[in-house]
Amino acid sequence: MSYIELATALVFVVIPLALTLVLRLGLERDIVIATVRSITQLLIIGYILTFVFESDSPIFMLLMILLMIGAATQNIIKKGDGIPGITWMIVLTLVTIETLTMGLMLGLGIIPFEPEKVIPISGMVIGNSMVLSLLFLNKFKDEVERSDDVIELILSLGGTPKVAIDRSLKNAIRTSMIPTVEAQKTMGLVQLPGMMSGLIIGGADPMEAVLYQLLILFLILTTASISATLVGYLAYPRLFNEKMQYIGLTYRKGE
Amino acid sequence: MSIIEFKDVSHQDILHHVSGTFREGRITTFVGPSGAGKTTCLKHINGLLSPDTGTILFKGEDIAEMDILELRKKIGMAFQSAPMIQGTVYDNLNLPKAIFDETLDRDRAAELLHHVDLSEALLDHPVKSLSGGERSRVAIARTFVNKPDVLLLDEITASLDYRTVKEIERLIRKLQQSYGVTVIWITHDLDQARRVSDDMWFLKDGELLAYGDASFIDESDDPVVQRFVRGED
Repeated sequence: MSYIELATALVFVVIPLALTLVLRLGLERDIVIATVRSITQLLIIGYILTFVFESDSPIFMLLMILLMIGAATQNIIKKGDGIPGITWMIVLTLVTIETLTMGLMLGLGIIPFEPEKVIPISGMVIGNSMVLSLLFLNKFKDEVERSDDVIELILSLGGTPKVAIDRSLKNAIRTSMIPTVEAQKTMGLVQLPGMMSGLIIGGADPMEAVLYQLLILFLILTTASISATLVGYLAYPRLFNEKMQYIGLTYRKGE
Repeated sequence: MSIIEFKDVSHQDILHHVSGTFREGRITTFVGPSGAGKTTCLKHINGLLSPDTGTILFKGEDIAEMDILELRKKIGMAFQSAPMIQGTVYDNLNLPKAIFDETLDRDRAAELLHHVDLSEALLDHPVKSLSGGERSRVAIARTFVNKPDVLLLDEITASLDYRTVKEIERLIRKLQQSYGVTVIWITHDLDQARRVSDDMWFLKDGELLAYGDASFIDESDDPVVQRFVRGED
């Protein structure tokens, strides 16, 4: 695809822009900003990836992965306000997931140690982990605020903090994993997954694209379960003090 | 004989140098205007909160030195909202056992329901279907699973109709007599406090202004107590 063809593709931005103007939805500014940002960000990342792939250096590969973890952490911690120490919990979760999945894939010889494979797959693992962590934190905070009377009840009966929060924690883990599991059930029937479509459009053999997509699906299932579980089990003790008293979410003044 | 003693207890800006005792086997009510620190005081008794300064003694022992989980098993608490877990009445009665991976015998569960004047046929009913009065009774029955020495009640009749309120009052008196349990009861209703109390604690702005035999509330010379009794505070 050439830059001229890309410019032609902007017709797909003009249509929603026209709609928002006609219907006075007030979204025109956001659509323009989103378009400019996506073009800029993707072109920059395209040039960076070209440089990293051509350099074939593990250091640049590692830097790219650290950059992804940093950006994902920045995105998630906003949802974690009220839980002290959420930043290091998220970093630890993302590093653990990336190390575990990449270690297994490279160790078992599922993918070769090449930037063209490691970086895009890491992006998908970290990105999916970010979405799952966001979903989990959203649901967990909601559960905790809704069930604080049950949490105190169980503590008052002599239960430990872990027992007191067990229901809220598992509900939040379950709920945040449901979209991933449900999406996988209809995969290929309702829509062709993004990675597979990309490979086919790029000229890859459809069966090879399917095999890679299946790998990604299995990875996403792992990242979904580990992200929610790890963030949950790291975060819940921060809602109690050392005297097994419930302190709940602790928002800083002004939040 | 005192079962619980507060010694110069302060907590944040809520309680200020509270010192007083609760007598064993009696019903003591906490009375006082809203925001007096009554619930905060109650939560200190079973260790859901801790004092910043001062000590609380349970049977002569500093609760800060006790195993907090064991203490909580000895001091049952029923909350204003009668919180329930999803499931049946039995699931809720079983909760104090389930949290230790134990199971409450169904006969014992039925007996507990009888103690609070409910039919054992309710055991398999979902808690969602209970009326406010039934819910309060189940919450009270649940506190007796651990056979507590002390029962803490936080405004348990606040949202109930007058007839149910009177039934719960009679029930608490009956349970207190048959189990010999010490009851500490927060109520915003001074008439209720007069009906059920052996002793009273009068709190205002986090300070314990008077405590002792419940008769003091109507005999006090203290203008603050008198104003509260007249409903002016």
